[in-house]
Amino acid sequence: MRVKAITVRIIKQFFHDKRTLAMMLVAPLLILTIISLVFNGEDSVPSIGIEQVPEPVKELLKEQKITVSEMDQGDAEQKFREGSLDAWITLEDNQPRIVLEGSDPGTNQMVLNIVQQAIQSPGQKIKPDVEYFYGTEGMTSFDNFGPVLIGFFAFFFVFLIAGVSFLRERTGGTLERLMGSPVKKSEIVIGYLLGFGFFTLIQSTLIVIYSIYVLDLLMIGDFIWVLAVTLLCAFTALSLGTLLSTYAHNELQIIQFIPIVIVPQVFFSGLFDLEAISDWVSWIGPITPLYYAADALRDVMIRGLGFEEIAINLAVLFGFSLLFSAANILALRKYRSF
Amino acid sequence: MDNTMVIELTDLTKAFGSTTVIKKTSLEVQNGEIFGMLGPSGAGKTTLVKMIAGIEKPTSGELRLFNKKMPSHRLIRQIGYMAQTDGLYHDLTGIENLKFFSAMYGMKGKKQKERMEEVLELVDLTAYKQKVVRNYSGGMKRRLSLAVALLHEPKLILLDEPTVGIDPVLRQSIWNELYKLKEKGMTILVTTHVMDEADKCDRLAMVREGAIIAVGSPDSLKEETKSETIEEVFLYHGGGKYEG
Ligand SMILES: Nc1ncnc2c1ncn2[C@@H]1O[C@H](COP(=O)(O)OP(=O)(O)OP(=O)(O)O)[C@@H](O)[C@H]1O
Ligand SMILES: [Mg+2]
Repeated sequence: MRVKAITVRIIKQFFHDKRTLAMMLVAPLLILTIISLVFNGEDSVPSIGIEQVPEPVKELLKEQKITVSEMDQGDAEQKFREGSLDAWITLEDNQPRIVLEGSDPGTNQMVLNIVQQAIQSPGQKIKPDVEYFYGTEGMTSFDNFGPVLIGFFAFFFVFLIAGVSFLRERTGGTLERLMGSPVKKSEIVIGYLLGFGFFTLIQSTLIVIYSIYVLDLLMIGDFIWVLAVTLLCAFTALSLGTLLSTYAHNELQIIQFIPIVIVPQVFFSGLFDLEAISDWVSWIGPITPLYYAADALRDVMIRGLGFEEIAINLAVLFGFSLLFSAANILALRKYRSF
Repeated sequence: MDNTMVIELTDLTKAFGSTTVIKKTSLEVQNGEIFGMLGPSGAGKTTLVKMIAGIEKPTSGELRLFNKKMPSHRLIRQIGYMAQTDGLYHDLTGIENLKFFSAMYGMKGKKQKERMEEVLELVDLTAYKQKVVRNYSGGMKRRLSLAVALLHEPKLILLDEPTVGIDPVLRQSIWNELYKLKEKGMTILVTTHVMDEADKCDRLAMVREGAIIAVGSPDSLKEETKSETIEEVFLYHGGGKYEG
């Protein structure tokens, strides 16, 4: 009853504040479009598995800036699933066969170039068979990091708007009035989750549909799982945003959370090559929500994986939301004597 | 007017960190009176009212409302609190604000609708109920804030400077409303800076630097100190100049 009233109120406030509504719904689409237009690939050190490759070729490969190790196809596929291998090369009937992990177009291209150089002998044109374990040949870099961006925008805008809304509730004295009424602290937190959840649902749907159908982002898996991950990601952002707003005195201080809370998450979400990150900071990734959202989104959109494979990520995101919401309820105790 | 105590403070103190804002304070407010709290800025009026409203936790001492110990979830329903800040959703209309806050008190349906119209009538905002609060004048916001505090028909009303930013004519009409509410048996606690408002209260507490320096009816306070005005009474008790 009261939860419903809070939910409805938040929805109404959004409709009265058209600009914030527009920022939440249109801004992500705009930025995604721009990025899809301007992006260029980047470098990393690919790791390649080989089996029954002639010595001279092996030597040539080892001279390149790559890591090479011997393994059979079964091992390679296992490693593809773990995400620890970029390609596997073998020789069948004197014909080279390359299996690419496939989800990062930049890496795909680099591996192909290196292998081409290694197997090419003068006067003889050899064309290897190329297969993709995940993804497809026509995949662009945008296809690779697009899923991460979907998660990021859901997180970023909800974090910001929820943080500011809750801050206003505090500075405008409405929280005080609520605290002087019989409403329960948990009802406030749940009401917020549902009210924002409504817009988050619209936002996520819009972002996902726009990315897939207008920007032509690669999408192999199920739409519903993309939506589920995005929504949970936004819930995490919502509960974190409202929690942190407790420690801000004004809107500017909410903005100050961006370099502290948002930017580091971006670095570890897979937008940049995770393997290239130094060991002494790499532990940060697994404690940030976006890391799990991005990983799950990639699994679904590029690798076509389903619920079973992303269940852990979903659970972790759900756990984050739960943790932050509980902390929120505790933090609200500051504003009431009972 | 029966003489049961609506508010009883016993040795109440409040400290923020190491600064004591309310020194050991005891106070009794009787059923059905308009009780005023007069004091300069920073005296601790808001802090006292917030503790009574259950928003701020006292550091020590006892607080009882209607002979029951605070804090209590049930007592909260009996209190209507109008804070010094308006506490309204500026991007909602007047009626949407009322609808929301009445829902917080579990009101619904026909009763809710009737009550919303009643309080709007009371504060003279019926014509503006569909307007977004952002476009209200300062006085209109104050009145809507008062309307919200009265929505759930509380038995005790706490008003923190209800007439700030309100013109003299409207101020008089708000005081007339307070008298009407009093006649209905409500107890009203009102804080103010303004001396002539203090004269309108049944009884009065003078607050200064976190302590109550005098309590009594305006007339008896004047008599005791052989003063003509409330201002003189304040000067008599407080020493220094009044900087309200
Ligand atoms: N949250 C807080 N933390 C620290 N000090 C506070 C806090 N709230 C109030 N104070 C201090 O308590 C004292 C009393 O403040 P209070 O707001 O109760 O005064 P007031 O009598 O209502 O003043 P005014 O008439 O200006 O509203 C002030 O010195 C103020 O600085
Ligand atoms: Mg005050």
